Amino acid sequence: MVMSTASMRAEAGDVVLELRGVSKSFGPVQALRDGELVLRAGSIHALMGENGAGKSTIVKIIAGLYQRDSGEFVLGGETVHFRSTADSKQSGIAVIYQEPTLFPDLSVTENIFMGRHLLKSFGRIDRAAMRGHVRRLFQRLGVDIDPDRPAEGLSIADQQIIEIAKAISLEARILIMDEPTAALSEVEASRLFAVARSLRDEGRAILFISHRFDEVYDLCDTITVMRDGAYISTDRIEATTVAGIVRKMVGRDVDSLYPKQTVPIGDVVLKVEKLTSTGQFHDISFEVRAGEIVGLAGLVGAGRSEVARAIFGIDSYESGTVTLEGRVVPRLNTVAAMQLGIALVPEDRRQQGIVLPFGLARNSTLAIKSSLARFGFITNRSENRSAADWLARLSVKANALDTSTATLSGGNQQKVVLAKWLATNPTLLIVDEPTRGIDVGTKADVHALLSKLAGEGLAIIMISSELPEVLGMADRILVMREGHMTADIPRSEATAETVMFSATHERRSAV
Amino acid sequence: MTTLTRAKNEGALAGAAGAFARSRELGVLLAFLLLLIVTVSQNPLFLFGPDGPRDLLLSPAILVILATGQAIVLITRNIDLSVGSVLGLSAWLTGRLFIDFPGIPVLLVVLAGVCFGALLGMVNGLLVAIAKAPALVVTLGTLYAYRGINVAWSHSSMINATQLPHDFLAFGIGTVFGIPSLAIVAVVVLLAAAWYLKNKRGGREFYAIGSDPEAARLYGLNVTRRLLIAFAASGALAGLSGVLFTARYGTIDSQAGSGLELSAVAAAVIGGVAIFGGSGSVWGAGIGALLLVSINRALPLLGIPDFWQQAVVGVLILGAIVLDRILSLRQAHRFTSIRESSHD
Repeated sequence: MVMSTASMRAEAGDVVLELRGVSKSFGPVQALRDGELVLRAGSIHALMGENGAGKSTIVKIIAGLYQRDSGEFVLGGETVHFRSTADSKQSGIAVIYQEPTLFPDLSVTENIFMGRHLLKSFGRIDRAAMRGHVRRLFQRLGVDIDPDRPAEGLSIADQQIIEIAKAISLEARILIMDEPTAALSEVEASRLFAVARSLRDEGRAILFISHRFDEVYDLCDTITVMRDGAYISTDRIEATTVAGIVRKMVGRDVDSLYPKQTVPIGDVVLKVEKLTSTGQFHDISFEVRAGEIVGLAGLVGAGRSEVARAIFGIDSYESGTVTLEGRVVPRLNTVAAMQLGIALVPEDRRQQGIVLPFGLARNSTLAIKSSLARFGFITNRSENRSAADWLARLSVKANALDTSTATLSGGNQQKVVLAKWLATNPTLLIVDEPTRGIDVGTKADVHALLSKLAGEGLAIIMISSELPEVLGMADRILVMREGHMTADIPRSEATAETVMFSATHERRSAV
Repeated sequence: MTTLTRAKNEGALAGAAGAFARSRELGVLLAFLLLLIVTVSQNPLFLFGPDGPRDLLLSPAILVILATGQAIVLITRNIDLSVGSVLGLSAWLTGRLFIDFPGIPVLLVVLAGVCFGALLGMVNGLLVAIAKAPALVVTLGTLYAYRGINVAWSHSSMINATQLPHDFLAFGIGTVFGIPSLAIVAVVVLLAAAWYLKNKRGGREFYAIGSDPEAARLYGLNVTRRLLIAFAASGALAGLSGVLFTARYGTIDSQAGSGLELSAVAAAVIGGVAIFGGSGSVWGAGIGALLLVSINRALPLLGIPDFWQQAVVGVLILGAIVLDRILSLRQAHRFTSIRESSHD
């Protein structure tokens, strides 16, 4: 199983890693249906696709973190079955994850060498040698980080640099970078690219995952596109165009999944003015009208969820105002926000949306428990009456009202969360990634419901990383990039290209 | 300009605090010396009496060994509450071996005690590392289970000094060049553990696992094996402590060592071993044990009532935790200001 790096040194152009028909499921959710990927020595290969396309699943299978359910995984001509990340590392694969994974209490040097410290006599750790090695690595990367300081307190960019230094010091044949530039400044990113190019010229294979087209076209020579957990295409980069790639990433029958009805738009319900929270979002102003679905698009980390949390009073902000139907929504006060008529369906429903072991009825009435209470007590009967009403409207499939929510499918769980908030009779509904991890059928159900609610005069903000969902459902699309609002696009002008452009570029000065 | 100099001064101050944090052991040592000076000034016999120096080093020896094992487990973000019960079982085994096999070599008994302890520790390790049960619950369970076995095995009888070989008992209270032999054993254990934690890959991996278990998995460290070793080590040291306990006190019943697990945790925490893992040293834990035992001996000499003795230990633990919190906040602040200034 263990192959030495030297004997595996491949000529440029040789296939070093090959995945064919790889699949992976988690319970009822199929994260990867038909994964296919061919990496060659001396090449930087881009992997693109929307969130949920299966990119991260492929990375984790290559890293040995997940085991594939079926399909071929060939490394250097041999089929492999990794049981752990150690196996993958031993075979010369280094992975830089999106989220840096460092040991906060240990020094930068130890973080780079953990598990494979350099040794001297009696198996003792050779600290001086490791420090020298790290100094040289940092010189090559052009960064100035003290090798002896603990990793705790490093900026995300510096942590990312440590991850990269770690991967380089592994002398890996295959280097996988999962959105490595998400937290880097332009200078840092271009330094990283220089390193990536020199590693490529040494004959290593690099897989580069990114949402930024400018980076991909600057750095990569080959591009593989994935969609809905399946392989779509692999092309030389010269043979592609941004528009063509976006079409492949998005392309599907959009209309049936997005049953958007045209409804009359009413008065302004929500007005957000110059909302600013340092490091999160800056100078955010927009309006939402009754009956309108406003899509909030942008890359992960653009600050969309943070704005939603600020509006609902979960997180504080430094300046700016939020008004709902003319009344000011106080900051950091979720109870007041709920009373004024705001409802928020959060991004991570298992953590923030429902109490899993609770029954259906109790979960769907949590948000209105004070209005159900009589003399401070909530009876099962009042709970069940309210719950049955809403769950029926949302056609939740469950045997009984006391079924534990934990046993429901993702789609049905999401409906329970929606029922919980709709029971509060809101005037503004904020949904954050409403259909993540939900099967296509339920997705259409949720979309139909949102459309119907808008028709009844509800104002809706829909945060979504799925372009087709935003394009298909929203009357108007606001795009955020790195904490700034970069575009406000009406439905008639919205295309995948215009939205993607605004999500990856600063606002054009002349509009 | 002024802000720059001020930032620099603050940096230097915080740097000093950081250096102090890195030598948390020194702080505990200073506290111990302070205690020694105050006590001796009130009652010179504490140090200069006929048995003064000997008692000062002999009394904490067993707790130092237990605290060393506890520190290793704490560093991996776990806890071992069963060490008192493991000590008890090992002490009883020691007594039985001498009674049932007259003439058995002392070294063999020591070995048996250590291996038996390691085995009991391994049970904890298996439940934590493979069954993925929280260490707090697992070792609380084995604390009672092992003690129960001890009671059943001993039929609530006692073993006393007359049933044990003379040279074994002599070792328990004997000295080499005026230094109690138990203290020498404790220092050797401490040295070996400290060397391993600092200089071997395995030792560093204990810190890594405690610092971020999820990251340790992504790094491809063998977390299961490491945790087994940590618990086995803690068990083995508790087993050794059981043998030493028998040698020192000569009298053992089914309750030997009960309650010592909390003293071991307290000693480690006072010595700066983080309860959430990833930082601290066995030196700190050892000095913490020294301080803890000495306080309990010194306070009665200073005429402080029993109630206050317990309270002082509590204050020490709380003080250690508050100090840790303050130091880590200052460190975080320092790193933030370094970061901000490098961005300008």
